[in-house]
Amino acid sequence: MNEQKTVRFIVTRQDTADSAPYNEEFEIPYRPNMNVISALMEIRRNPVNKKGEKTTPITWDMNCLEEVCGACSMNINGKPRQSCTALVDQLEQPIRLAPMNTFPVTRDLQVDRSRMFDTLKRVKAWVPIDGTYDLGPGPRMPERKRQWAYELSKCMTCGVCLEACPNVNSKSNFIGAQPLSQVRLFNAHPTGAMNRDERLETIMSEGGLEGCGNSQNCVQSCPKGIPLTTSIAALNREATVHSFRRFFGSDHAVD
Amino acid sequence: MADNREFFYRRLHSLLGVIPIGLFMTQHLVVNHFATKGEDEFNQAADFMANLPFVLILESLVIFLPLLFHAIYGLYIAFTAKNNIGTHGYFRNWMFMLQRVSGVVTLVFIAWHVWETRVQAALGADVDFQMMENILNNPFMLVFYIVGVLSAIFHFSNGLWSFCVGWGIAVSPRSQQVVTYATLIVFVVLSIIGLRAIFAFV
Repeated sequence: MNEQKTVRFIVTRQDTADSAPYNEEFEIPYRPNMNVISALMEIRRNPVNKKGEKTTPITWDMNCLEEVCGACSMNINGKPRQSCTALVDQLEQPIRLAPMNTFPVTRDLQVDRSRMFDTLKRVKAWVPIDGTYDLGPGPRMPERKRQWAYELSKCMTCGVCLEACPNVNSKSNFIGAQPLSQVRLFNAHPTGAMNRDERLETIMSEGGLEGCGNSQNCVQSCPKGIPLTTSIAALNREATVHSFRRFFGSDHAVD
Repeated sequence: MADNREFFYRRLHSLLGVIPIGLFMTQHLVVNHFATKGEDEFNQAADFMANLPFVLILESLVIFLPLLFHAIYGLYIAFTAKNNIGTHGYFRNWMFMLQRVSGVVTLVFIAWHVWETRVQAALGADVDFQMMENILNNPFMLVFYIVGVLSAIFHFSNGLWSFCVGWGIAVSPRSQQVVTYATLIVFVVLSIIGLRAIFAFV
């Protein structure tokens, strides 16, 4: 009666960036409180597939193991999420793992998320304070606003919102919800607001704000519960005002 | 304007869908509703619309040109999406998909409808109660018209929601939900008006 309980996995694998993906099945011994990463580690320890053939260990990204770094994101049973907080007990089996292929796949479950870091540079998602002399303390931020901004600052650039979005794909150059919400965050910062127009201009150009089709999958999928669609709608309002000001000219163009 | 052409086109696309196309469609459905009062009433109303002064200029500026832009740019938008309701079956994602499907269905319907009525009128046919009665006598055309009218109304109602979000009128989740309910009412009311008019010819 002492039959060993097992966990079944179907993993979408890919040997190189250019090779064709294929599925491989694994069956590993069950342990209480397993997450997907511990299962991947178990496969790495003994890389034998369900048919009993020896295979290569699965490649995946991970770092913090507590859902704050975003590196271990992948499609788990069809939905993009972090594999560190995906508990085996809560998942339907066989558990299907696949890379977030909105991004270029490097190998197996590992993807190259650099497009998001590039867009963060494009939209200048920082507060510029570098200079040759001490600028002194910046303007104070009201506590209530700080608490609101903290929610937006939880973004870990995991890429789940881009993976869930029907408009982020190879046919479009939409940058996705993640950098847009960061524009909202840095435009709200009292010092960051000094470059507000510059960021607005960037997201009003090709691939920006207007790529959003309001499927609102991003806000449903965000592991940090960031109000992404509220950020986008708020930026839509700012873009409306900004475009009128730019067209007609305005006395309030700089505040 | 060169570097933000996309912004301009998308906003124009959104605006034209409501003003004038959405307004025109509402007016068109309301005029059609005269059919429920009888043949003479409908013919009188249709005559009044067809004989407005400057009717060709009005039609071109209010209907044909905006519609052409909205349709062509809309097709481009519809075919750049990669729908994923299979894995993300949320309400708004369904609306996103249906907005694109209803847009294409509406385009096919309107192309046929314009050919069958407006182009034929230009070629000398009489657009009146009799004509619509003949068209809708065919059960296939009746279904085609019902599907076409409903998808046009859906596309307008849901597009009204996107317009409110896209221009930053409805920002907070609560306001977006209120607009969802408001546009649902628009859909139901216009559908009743549209279907009553269709069945008046049957």
